[in-house]
Amino acid sequence: MSTSTTEPTKPQERGTDAVVEMRGVTIRFPGVLALDRVDFTLRPGEVHALMGENGAGKSTLIKALTGVYSVDSGTIAVSGTERVFSSTADAQAAGISTVYQEINLCPNLSVGENVMLGHEPRGLRGIDWRTTHRTAAEHLRSLGLELDTQTILSSHSIAVQQLVAISRAMVLDARVLILDEPTSSLDRDEVEQLFTVIRGLRDRGVAILFVSHFLDQIYEISDRITVLRNGTLVGEYAIDDLPRGELVTKMIGRELDELEAISVSAERAIDRTVAPVIKAEGVGRKGVLEPADLDVFPGEIVGIAGLLGSGRTELVRLLCGADRPDTGTLSVHGKVTRLSTPRHALERRIAFSSENRRAEGIVADLTVAENIMLGIQARRGWLRKVRKQEQDAVVAEYIKALGVRPADPNRKVGDLSGGNQQKVLLGRWLATAPELLILDEPTRGIDVGAKADIQRKVAELAEQGLAVIFISSELEEVLRLAQRVAVMRDRRQIGVLESSAVDVDGVIDYMATVGEGSVA
Amino acid sequence: MSTTTTTPTAGRRIVPPRLSEYARTFVARHASVMPMLAALVILVLILIGAQIHFGDFVNPRTLSSLLLDNAYLLILAVGMTFVIVTGGIDLSVGSVMAFTGIAAAQMLDHGVSSAIVIPAMILGGAVIGLMIGVLVQYFDVQPFIASLAGLFLARGLAYVVSLKSIRVENEHVIWLQSTRWWFGEWYLTPTGVLALLTVVVGALVMKYTRFGRTVYAVGGGEQSARLMGLAVARTKVLVYVISGVCGGLAGLVLTAYSGAGYPRNGIGTELDVIAAVVIGGTLLTGGVGYVVGSLIGVLVYGTIHTVISYMGAEQSWMRIIIGLMLLMFIVVQRVIVVRAERRR
Amino acid sequence: MSRLIKHHLFWPGFALVALVVLNTVARPRFIEISVQHGALYGAPIDILRNSAPMMLVALGMTLVIATRGIDLSVGAVMAVSGAVALTIIDGSDSPGSVGTVLIAILVGVGVSLILGVWNGFLVSVLKIQPIIATLVLMMAGRGVALLITDGFITTVTSDPLKYVASGHLLGLPFAFFIWVAAVAVVSLVERRTALGVLTEAVGINPEASRLAGVRATGIILGTYVVSGGLAGMAGVIYSSNIMAADANAAGELIELYAILAVVLGGTSLAGGKFSIAGTVIGVLIIQTLESTILFLGVSSAQSPVFFAAVVVLVVLIQAPAVHRAARQFVQRRSANVPDITPGTEVAR
Repeated sequence: MSTSTTEPTKPQERGTDAVVEMRGVTIRFPGVLALDRVDFTLRPGEVHALMGENGAGKSTLIKALTGVYSVDSGTIAVSGTERVFSSTADAQAAGISTVYQEINLCPNLSVGENVMLGHEPRGLRGIDWRTTHRTAAEHLRSLGLELDTQTILSSHSIAVQQLVAISRAMVLDARVLILDEPTSSLDRDEVEQLFTVIRGLRDRGVAILFVSHFLDQIYEISDRITVLRNGTLVGEYAIDDLPRGELVTKMIGRELDELEAISVSAERAIDRTVAPVIKAEGVGRKGVLEPADLDVFPGEIVGIAGLLGSGRTELVRLLCGADRPDTGTLSVHGKVTRLSTPRHALERRIAFSSENRRAEGIVADLTVAENIMLGIQARRGWLRKVRKQEQDAVVAEYIKALGVRPADPNRKVGDLSGGNQQKVLLGRWLATAPELLILDEPTRGIDVGAKADIQRKVAELAEQGLAVIFISSELEEVLRLAQRVAVMRDRRQIGVLESSAVDVDGVIDYMATVGEGSVA
Repeated sequence: MSTTTTTPTAGRRIVPPRLSEYARTFVARHASVMPMLAALVILVLILIGAQIHFGDFVNPRTLSSLLLDNAYLLILAVGMTFVIVTGGIDLSVGSVMAFTGIAAAQMLDHGVSSAIVIPAMILGGAVIGLMIGVLVQYFDVQPFIASLAGLFLARGLAYVVSLKSIRVENEHVIWLQSTRWWFGEWYLTPTGVLALLTVVVGALVMKYTRFGRTVYAVGGGEQSARLMGLAVARTKVLVYVISGVCGGLAGLVLTAYSGAGYPRNGIGTELDVIAAVVIGGTLLTGGVGYVVGSLIGVLVYGTIHTVISYMGAEQSWMRIIIGLMLLMFIVVQRVIVVRAERRR
Repeated sequence: MSRLIKHHLFWPGFALVALVVLNTVARPRFIEISVQHGALYGAPIDILRNSAPMMLVALGMTLVIATRGIDLSVGAVMAVSGAVALTIIDGSDSPGSVGTVLIAILVGVGVSLILGVWNGFLVSVLKIQPIIATLVLMMAGRGVALLITDGFITTVTSDPLKYVASGHLLGLPFAFFIWVAAVAVVSLVERRTALGVLTEAVGINPEASRLAGVRATGIILGTYVVSGGLAGMAGVIYSSNIMAADANAAGELIELYAILAVVLGGTSLAGGKFSIAGTVIGVLIIQTLESTILFLGVSSAQSPVFFAAVVVLVVLIQAPAVHRAARQFVQRRSANVPDITPGTEVAR
């Protein structure tokens, strides 16, 4: 692959009626240059995708634009006037509104109030509730949403809440609307509805900054793409000038050789005559996951492909005691069992690494050593503490084997980078000597080097006989590692594919079309 | 999971809206008032039970004195509702009430005019509230600890003013208590009117001002409220000031009620207030609660108190019963929360 | 030097030493210790003796706080335990026998353990917020204690009971040995087994701990049981001190003082890392301050004003906003000196 065939469009060549102009914006955090002299232009009536891997500086850029972070150097101009935002309220007053992935509304208040909060029409007797709800309903209707505005926000789906957040932005008369991963927990129809709303707003002249991890959606909705990498600007491109492959290359920045080397894994033959390590038959939970079947044999890596919210996390949580299934049976090594807590699962040598590293993985204030030992220690119980020499040996072994940096067992885990935290977690689970390892998005948000380390380790462990369930949003990664891929959509398992028989496009096709509209 | 073709939504469309439909709409709109309604039901049940048991319980005289006896508690509960709805807590209210009460008695004893003393009480409460609010908002101190400092400060200051009780003979203060406005068999005292006014003003502020709505927004999600551009900092400081003002006002009412200032007044009152507010349907986690609910909570509390006096039972039962009611309410609230989480 | 300052016990220890030095300068008699009848007397000895109830309560509170909890019911539990123990002694034929007193203490502490189980059940099984869950017993507990004593203050005459709070062993107050033993046992159990680190894990990240297979329910429940039991023992010591069970006054406000002691000792109310040594210092600071206030001729009733000042001072010292301001101040003053990296703390 050549490094660059597309020349970025130069700012001067375009019309200069930009609504947002960021020039040479630099933001420094202790020890990190989060944004390094980045230029960014947003014009009215366009949908502009901001792309980059985790840590590229997307969210920093957004936060600079919305007044959450202050800029160390560089300028931000809105409609040609230079501005310094000291708070979100400042940015909103200048017409810049943001809708975040985790919706920032008040779940305890009514839909109407959430739309209007802080801008309620007032009469002599204070807030005029009738007008408030009527105005809110009008705003919602203009986005094609018919809702009882007096209902409590939390009684609605995430998708509706997202649209409520967008209507709120419209009440603020936003000229710039920032959508930060708005689609990650929406199903297909909901995404369609959202896109209809976005197109409507674009046609009204609103400038939309769109962040998403889903390439399909980017290519469906965007007019223009800006790519960031490691806090620097890679370039700005018209959508038609930038094919997908090139976009990915620009985001990742280097060739995938290092990762490609692992691909041998997928072709390895698996002995399926023995009892599977785990076998799930019709395992499901009402309102969470429709009954699904899955089995994993010793030495096998089974990937799960599906979008975020497709039920992939929900499925594995039912397999490891994190949540309890209410239908179906689970067998471990051919024996039917119930796994009602993660502890039970660990006793049956099933370890689960959550996708939510910060909230459900690391214990930030404890040291690397304590975090690695946590799983073993929990299984032994509090009375039988692992002896110091034994502990030091185990910790040293995993720090070395996984390449945790800095290799200091007494460092607080919270101070490590995401990739190294992930390695510590992997160490914790491996230390419990599992027979089945469930990894939910183990490579998300970490740098390429750490990603390669983790993939290599997983492939190596499987070769030694460990059964692995591997979830990732990156299909290439799944196909490279796994012998079989279970495909999920809309909280339902739609099939299991042999990965040697399909490629990425094949899986996407399968995900998108198979079983459409009918219950399998 | 195989052959069913009719989806439930298709079926629902045929059936005309029924009572259950209206109930569902009501719940979707007003789920948060359910605990308050439950408190109301309990209040009515207690009153009916007492009426049957004693023969003559529900009469104008008992009910009128219910308001009179619990006026100070009601005023404190209104302030506490603001604080708890933001997700905070104010432990200082009982001590603030004692401090302003004893300080007022001392000043009146020295011949200071009540026109100066009464505003000074309110101001004193407000200042302590302001201190707590500033600690909470600007120094990231947990409300529990910040208001604990307020509790210690006010209680200590009360003892600094006087270690003994001081009689109050000021005619204006006595008037607040001794005046009875009769409406047939019913009566109201100025202290009762003050308490009811506090409830009305509190309820209107919560419902009809942007400040009041911001109180709810902060309780629903402080980070969200901030990102929505609301005045979070100002609101959080102000709720403690309001609670402090209510503490000062309650000090006035209690001084009038007992005819004296006493530095040991209101020890443990903060717990009674919190209990009454929670029984009235306010969630201690914040975001949900009504001033009117706290009125109901105080009435439940006061009625149980009266019932126990009628029965001639040990007042120690009071604490046990209130403790049990508190338990019942928090378990019910917990169940509601769990069910709501499961539905998602 | 900077390592010393950054040690988590530096500031609490410094405060305690400063208090003692100030007291000694103001009245040299403060550190005088005299020997009478083979026992030591003096202000420091009094502090060690009088600390016992708060020390026990604060010790339990430290563990509860480490799990992100709080136990408001300790004062009420003290009242119940005192009421139970003294009612048993009062009703016995031989109130002066060691056996009776031992049984009374065991029953009193046993009841407190059960109350602890109740708190722990509400918090860890029903998952009710700790403040609210323990509020229930805080309200109802004293009512129960009053019922046990029939609404009266039960007084007893019993030498073995008197010995618990006022007796001497090897020249030192017996109550001092009780709390030293409690501190030693709890510290050993927490640090020699894995209980301490598992408790901290649960306090820092409950969900991550659950997924790692930690039995959080049991650990959290256990801390409330320990807190209840220690409060029960504190109740016995309190009753022994006044030789009466006073359901209203026993352990009044002690929950607040205990929480203050824990915070003074450097354990965050947000849960997680805890320091038992810090709590010990915290309690000693409070007791020394109490004795200082008395010395100043201030009525003990007025001492809360001082504690309010202490609370404000402590929270201001810990406040991130103040840290930021101080750091900027230091950096501005030493702009040409290589910068001091903030935020690196010495691990315990």
